[in-house]
Amino acid sequence: MWKIHFILLFSRQGKLRLQKWYTTLPDKEKKKIIREIVQIILSRNQKTSSFVDWKDLKLVYKRYASLYFCCAIEDQDNELLTLEVVHRYVELLDRYFGNVCELDIIFNFEKAYFILDEFIIGGEVQETSKRSAVKAIEDSDMLQETVEEYMNKPAF
Amino acid sequence: MKGKSKEAEIKRINKELANIRSKFKGDKALDGYSKKKYVCKLLFIFLLGHDIDFGHMEAVNLLSSNRYTEKQIGYLFISVLVNSNSELIRLINNAIKNDLASRNPTFMGLALHCIANVGSREMAEAFAGEIPKILVAGDTMDSVKQSAALCLLRLYRTSPDLVPMGDWTSRVVHLLNDQHLGVVTAATSLITTLAQKNPEEFKTSVSLAVSRLSRIVTSASTDLQDYTYYFVPAPWLSVKLLRLLQCYPPPEDPAVRGRLTECLETILNKAQEPPKSKKVQHSNAKNAVLFEAISLIIHHDSEPNLLVRACNQLGQFLQHRETNLRYLALESMCTLASSEFSHEAVKTHIETVINALKTERDVSVRQRAVDLLYAMCDRSNAQQIVAEMLNYLETADYSIREEIVLKVAILAEKYAVDYTWYVDTILNLIRIAGDYVSEEVWYRVIQIVINRDDVQGYAAKTVFEALQAPACHENLVKVGGYILGEFGNLIAGDPRSSPLIQFNLLHSKFHLCSVPTRALLLSTYIKFVNLFPEIKTTIQDVLRSDSQLKNADVELQQRAVEYLRLSTIASTDILATVLEEMPPFPERESSILAKLKKKKGPGTVTDLEEIKKERSSDMNGSAEPASVNASAVSTPSPSADLLGLGAAPLANSAPPPSSSGSLLVDVFSDSPSAVAPLAPGSDDNFASPDLASSEVVSEEPADTVHDADELFHKFVCKNNGVLFENQLLQIGLKSEFRQNLGRMFIFYGNKTSTQFLNFTPTVICSDDLQSSLNLQTKPVDPTVDGGAQVQQVVNIECVSDFMEAPILNIQFRYGGTFQNLSVKLPITLNKFFQPTEMSSQDFFQRWKQLSNPKQEVQNIFKAKHPMDAEITKAKIIGFGSALLEEVDPNPANFVGAGIIHTKTTQIGCLLRLEPNLQAQMYRLTLRTSKEAVSQRLCELLSEQF
Repeated sequence: MWKIHFILLFSRQGKLRLQKWYTTLPDKEKKKIIREIVQIILSRNQKTSSFVDWKDLKLVYKRYASLYFCCAIEDQDNELLTLEVVHRYVELLDRYFGNVCELDIIFNFEKAYFILDEFIIGGEVQETSKRSAVKAIEDSDMLQETVEEYMNKPAF
Repeated sequence: MKGKSKEAEIKRINKELANIRSKFKGDKALDGYSKKKYVCKLLFIFLLGHDIDFGHMEAVNLLSSNRYTEKQIGYLFISVLVNSNSELIRLINNAIKNDLASRNPTFMGLALHCIANVGSREMAEAFAGEIPKILVAGDTMDSVKQSAALCLLRLYRTSPDLVPMGDWTSRVVHLLNDQHLGVVTAATSLITTLAQKNPEEFKTSVSLAVSRLSRIVTSASTDLQDYTYYFVPAPWLSVKLLRLLQCYPPPEDPAVRGRLTECLETILNKAQEPPKSKKVQHSNAKNAVLFEAISLIIHHDSEPNLLVRACNQLGQFLQHRETNLRYLALESMCTLASSEFSHEAVKTHIETVINALKTERDVSVRQRAVDLLYAMCDRSNAQQIVAEMLNYLETADYSIREEIVLKVAILAEKYAVDYTWYVDTILNLIRIAGDYVSEEVWYRVIQIVINRDDVQGYAAKTVFEALQAPACHENLVKVGGYILGEFGNLIAGDPRSSPLIQFNLLHSKFHLCSVPTRALLLSTYIKFVNLFPEIKTTIQDVLRSDSQLKNADVELQQRAVEYLRLSTIASTDILATVLEEMPPFPERESSILAKLKKKKGPGTVTDLEEIKKERSSDMNGSAEPASVNASAVSTPSPSADLLGLGAAPLANSAPPPSSSGSLLVDVFSDSPSAVAPLAPGSDDNFASPDLASSEVVSEEPADTVHDADELFHKFVCKNNGVLFENQLLQIGLKSEFRQNLGRMFIFYGNKTSTQFLNFTPTVICSDDLQSSLNLQTKPVDPTVDGGAQVQQVVNIECVSDFMEAPILNIQFRYGGTFQNLSVKLPITLNKFFQPTEMSSQDFFQRWKQLSNPKQEVQNIFKAKHPMDAEITKAKIIGFGSALLEEVDPNPANFVGAGIIHTKTTQIGCLLRLEPNLQAQMYRLTLRTSKEAVSQRLCELLSEQF
């Protein structure tokens, strides 16, 4: 078995911004895991490695500006490449939003999910070419109006 | 302030939720646009961390919309919020079915993503047949193929039974040749997972993967265009291919093998080239491939040259400025340490690793360093590594202390040449990290000290000195109390550790300790009464004091009362018998190792251990025969904990040892036979009603032996259970054997409500048997009350090999009648087996050495029981020999080896059992250095299958 179990994006203040689960778990369990992991990662200082043993999995994480990206992988998996999975995802977001920031992900969370789905399915990397992945999203955008047009974003 | 804003948020959200709810419930049907808007809002609220309990139906409705945006939001809601066992799944499945059939690649993509995201069994049932067709259809678009491959992978992981193998599998393998690298990447993941479970079916993927990999690693850095990542060609695909190859042994075809070796060499060479970019992404991607290549090299474990190169490369990384690389190098080296080709090369880095332990700032990295030191430890460096780990323990993070304690304890035991070093190490452990020393660890040191008389005096002296410290850990008090209670006499000659000083020292700790420790100390005191009669009155005074006799804790009070009474009424002889030194513990796998395995979960620890076990004979294996004091130990109180070990419940007491016994059960958890409480009839295998009826107690004095062959034979591979049962009497057995000695507890249960009188069990050996089997029994109370149970101990010494079994004759009066019955006592030659692990090579060498026709006995027989491999294995192990895996070229055969210990000689035994399923027959071959032994073992074992 080789796959990512879940991906979490959270801010330096510990606010969860995106969660993607590739294993089926009850909501309660997910919430517990999120709390635990956010706390573990935020308590680590800067000069440490990007890897933390957690239960029988391994957490691979990296901070981009104000956001932490964290993947849980299996013990035998390739840690360095997982770091680059995160980086490639950031690049895809960046390419789509143009200089992506935390707010983009908050208010366009559905796009963040769509982009992730183009890149990873069931915890496995589907498409590593930046061009193909972004093109898929842009194609689908052609099919829809811009989100702002119809969404009154809640203001909090 | 924060609370206030949180409150405001909740208020705002509740208002919004109420609004959405009213819209959904309103009379006016919502148009698609509004539905989408509100479903999207619900998602947003959910992602803020609030619970959402409605809106699912509206989301499902969106799935069947023709508008892409509505469909997309519907699918997103479902993948985030619908868990796999939701009742909505049927509706969702319907919508998915339509989209899959739409031939619109965007819609198909959404549907496939949704299946992969939810991945439930219901979805597998609905789509596992359909998706393979989409995957291999000629007209499917590349992007859909990619999604289909990974979607199928997800379903296979959830419900492998629902994904049918078939024609499509061979076509999937050929996707490795696809032009589109994205398709290859997705397909490789699928193939890898399928190949793990069905290696034969996907065997052709090996050569395809090698040639694909070869094309990638030899390509110029820009050849692959979009699939080049920071100047590294297709790192994801490379890693996945290397992963796939790890499902297989090295390729058999020399051309493929050569090509793969070239690839691996190229990857190692590239690591030495200057980087093409300063960006961390470049080095990460490059090293990701390198580490995966090293994993493959380690997995193959067949090319010494590559293994040593890998080790050197990792050695460079150990000193790298990037923390991540140091971490990964330590981790990778751990597995490298277990290869015989590279173990020595890994060992050369010991100083660097020790330095990492001291200087790394990241606990994750230090943890890896501990793991590596553990993995590279062998007899040559054990003292250094243990010393460094102890050193580190003083400052180690709390999160890893317990694990380090376990590791130190294991290494100290395994590589102890000098047991004084072992004792020192464990006491140091308790001193430095007493709180983290689990029961297993201190039980183990006691087991070892008791089993090795060469270290007992030293242990007594050392614990005595350690206890001098004004503040010492309670675990030390436990170990100290136990050891002084057993061996305090060995240091009592020194006036500085006279009996009274020993006692006062222990008693000075008494009041600070917890109840279990105090209970243990009370047992030590009563042992002192026996060891040191001169301080008996001092101890009696302590036991007599109100704080003991009237202690609020029942256990302590009971011990004080019983011990005081025992010390007052028992003669010195009885005291000496009751409080005799503990007999040696049976050798078994260290319970600490089991604990570490449990802690780390399955994986590296187990593997390493197994490999290491082969490399170095561990202490358990090489322990010299300890002298067993064969006389029985009975306990002063049924609730005595450590002192009560191995002793059965007191005569006439309730059958199973009460909860008090459980204190040590853990230590023996590996060995089901040792401690399992014997309650009459408790063992299902011996459920007896049908057998009871076949045994009729003779009303007249008669001397027929109740052969009860079937029961007798069951005991050949077991030590505990019911030997005999009729309407009046049940006889249970519990026995332990070690080398040429054994002890059997026989339990006689009176099933009636009437007393048995003149109850006289006698163990009878024929003249022949008497010379080879030495049995000692003690008489039992001639009166057995109705419903009561009495116990008898038989001490057994095997002098030389023997054929027959002793007879147990029982005579008693029940009502007005005289009862007389005899049963065979299952003391059989194989009980004196000591298992011997050996390599395939050793086995065949010895097999050949025993080729004299007189040494071999063979039997071909019909199977009497269903031919189940697992049961057969268990029986061979229960028989006492080691079960050797991967020795016989035919995996269906079973091979075993062991040594029969008798007082006069040791007889090496090899056995081979060949089942023939079709004929329902077995052929059993025994080879030993003695014909009679081969003969007897063959007879005994043939009855088992």
